[in-house]
Amino acid sequence: MVDLSINFGGIKAPNPFWLASAPPTNSGYQIMKAFDAGWGGAVWKTLGVPVVNVSSRYGSVNYRNTRMMGFNNIELITDRPLADNLREIEEVKKYFPDHAVIASLMVESRAEWEQIIKDVENAGADGIELNFGCPHGMCERGMGSAVGQEPEVLKTIVGWVKEAANIPVITKLSPNISHITDPGLAAVQGGTDSISLINTIKSIVGIDLDSYAPYPIVDGKGTNGGYCGPAVKPIAMHMLKDLAQHPEIGKVPLSGIGGIETWRDVVEFILLGATSVQVCTAVMHYGFGIVREMEAGLRQFMEEKNYTTIYDFAGKALPNVTEWKHLNLKHKVVAEINADKCIGCDLCYIACDDGAHQAIALSGEPGNRIPSIIEENCVGCNLCSLVCPVEDCITMEKRDDGTEHTTWHERTENDDIPVTFDDDRAGGKGHFVPTPEDALKHRK
Amino acid sequence: MAEYKRPNTEAEFKKNFKQKKPLMNDTEAYYEASRCLFCYDAPCIQACPTSIDIPLFIKQIHTDNITGASKTIFDSNWLGNACGVVCPTGVLCEGACVYNHQDVPPIQIGRLQNYATNKTIDAEKVIFKVGEPNGKKIAIIGAGPAGIACACEARTLGYDVDIYEAKEKPSGLTVYGIAPYKITNEEVLKEVDYLQNQLNFNIKYNNAINSKEELLHLENDYDAIFIGVGLGATRHLGLDGEDKEGVVGAVEFIEELRMKHHLVKVPAKVVVIGGGNTAMDAASEAARMGARKTVLAYRNSKDKMGAYGFEYDLAISAGVDSLFNVTPIAITGKGKVEGVKFAKTEIIDGKLQTNMNNTFIVRCDMVIKATGQAKQGHLYDMIDNLDIDNKTRIKTNDEFQTSNPMYFAGGDAINGGAEVVNAAYDGKMAAQGIHNWLTK
Repeated sequence: MVDLSINFGGIKAPNPFWLASAPPTNSGYQIMKAFDAGWGGAVWKTLGVPVVNVSSRYGSVNYRNTRMMGFNNIELITDRPLADNLREIEEVKKYFPDHAVIASLMVESRAEWEQIIKDVENAGADGIELNFGCPHGMCERGMGSAVGQEPEVLKTIVGWVKEAANIPVITKLSPNISHITDPGLAAVQGGTDSISLINTIKSIVGIDLDSYAPYPIVDGKGTNGGYCGPAVKPIAMHMLKDLAQHPEIGKVPLSGIGGIETWRDVVEFILLGATSVQVCTAVMHYGFGIVREMEAGLRQFMEEKNYTTIYDFAGKALPNVTEWKHLNLKHKVVAEINADKCIGCDLCYIACDDGAHQAIALSGEPGNRIPSIIEENCVGCNLCSLVCPVEDCITMEKRDDGTEHTTWHERTENDDIPVTFDDDRAGGKGHFVPTPEDALKHRK
Repeated sequence: MAEYKRPNTEAEFKKNFKQKKPLMNDTEAYYEASRCLFCYDAPCIQACPTSIDIPLFIKQIHTDNITGASKTIFDSNWLGNACGVVCPTGVLCEGACVYNHQDVPPIQIGRLQNYATNKTIDAEKVIFKVGEPNGKKIAIIGAGPAGIACACEARTLGYDVDIYEAKEKPSGLTVYGIAPYKITNEEVLKEVDYLQNQLNFNIKYNNAINSKEELLHLENDYDAIFIGVGLGATRHLGLDGEDKEGVVGAVEFIEELRMKHHLVKVPAKVVVIGGGNTAMDAASEAARMGARKTVLAYRNSKDKMGAYGFEYDLAISAGVDSLFNVTPIAITGKGKVEGVKFAKTEIIDGKLQTNMNNTFIVRCDMVIKATGQAKQGHLYDMIDNLDIDNKTRIKTNDEFQTSNPMYFAGGDAINGGAEVVNAAYDGKMAAQGIHNWLTK
């Protein structure tokens, strides 16, 4: 029997699907609707200092026919009065005592932190999330990502908060930094109960070609926004992995955020060590109802794999994410084209010829558009299988027999690495390259 | 099966002749364009008689570079707008789309093309440039697709161009002979206006070239002559009673319909004779004009019809019935047509034979003959040293030059009757041929 309930660093919730601190959690009304739709927790839109927002706040990157593949915003923390938010937190907890309501906070001085923690605890919040990630507007006032980018400052504030708080504390990190483990470790050293990541990435999503201003345009001007949505998922997953694999940081629970929209995204984040996930853009695009697909898919996955709780498989991919130097250099795959499935778009041919390793040939016969793999040139890069528009038409087939295993690391240890390009052990030797005449044969 | 009420007003006519390929809106075009795979050496380009760079213009539509898309289209085909809707795309570009191999609907290339060019034409965007005047003049006989295409191309190469047109409107078949559910008169004329406004070629309407004397004038006044004439009137079948009232040729019927719309009265029962695309059009149109019963009669079996399968399907969906393996032997009636007497045909020793012992009469009030058009042989006969083949088609070389070096030809005059797109290609290439010849 699948049990989706979690205890995330002391915060209990009926399932790991949480709403990230963002416009969908701006009011008690929205959060109650969300809980009713199936969400297990919500991080309230950041409470803190008074702000004034601009009109024209969101911008989007559309790709082909997909809207909002990437999304950015220049909206600040909540502009609703603190008293209203506190009252609504109380109301939500009255209706949904078992759901997780987490107050995202962002203030400046220690006294402010202590006061606002008291306020949200009194309102009945189950936890606190420290917004050290917002990369627009608030950081110009020394808050948000300005803190997330200064591990020492971050550690100090986490310390203040932990001293004052009686409820669990989540530290939310900014991805706008070279090494995510620096603020991650600072948060742990400051005493945080758990970490969430990523906040949004500094971005410009587009420029208007008539007014020459970046989107979203505010009266002819724009500013950098915070980027999120499906486009940022790979970056988020990588940073999650870095924290999960860290010997110190990996000990605290991690809440995954960044482009999560489907059950597959959820499972991937859990496999990389997340034990709760937070969603924003997908809800801003499709509404709270998308949680139905996430929950059904996650349950199905767990039933098929015989998992009872998400902890049964949390972090299961981590041992397989390694450094390049530990990859098996004897592994060999080559592409195979299924001629029955091929529709003759020849995208694999041109992708390989122009963009990779010149390992695909056209038939040369009129009317026969089915290309073929030149196996001796194929380095097994996968590109053709990635551009192919037909499911399972190009597959990567294993050619090594699995008996040999050697890595760059092992070879370095054994002093068995090439030192010159003439060295027989060097890669790419004898690699096929067509002639200059071949490059210009279509020239008119 | 559709049942059409006789149209009594222009609005009712438009309803019955609803456009088969209606103009796309922005959203539809955006989503459709996003489906294009941008195939390498794309089969759609290869299938297009004018080799339009289709993946490029689709990408341009998707990136909202509509003017660029139109330029890509017109660069290959001067009648890009009309061709978007009148081309048999199902057997050309769209038929070649690789999605067909995946049982996914092909990209609606024709409608995307029409979407782009229509926008550009409506916005009166200037995208063509007249060539530096070279002082030479070209005469074009016929303002059909071949003639217009030749004129446009010649203007970009710096020639002065005069087109001699027998009728009062340009575009030939496109305006007089295409089924009204494929394109409207306004749309055809709009495109020619657009081209003419930018390229400034002259069209002399109601100016048929009918005599040796007129030809000699052209030969004296111009450096080269392009023959872009179409086909002539419907051929006579030589049947008993063929001259009765109510027996009409298909091209004449379609032309009247294109010009007069709902004012044309089609009676209750119509027989259409023929198995080509024109027969399908005529039958479909008779049904859409409110004929209660329209029968298509073809002398051979269904699979031998010259018409495209989709044209036949369209006629059937309009409520047309069909008779195969029948040949008309007489038109019956007293002064007015009352029926067609048919004999059954059968294949004997590999040859289609008429069985005069097996005859029957189909009662009707109108007979439409879609059995081929006469060629413009009288014109060809007046031109010195002009080689024509045994089907009365003008012979040309690769440069569209005839055996009389001053004359070039293209379109129906050389292919015996094909698509608008073929004529558009011939006309364009002939202009280049003329240029090569005159600058040699």
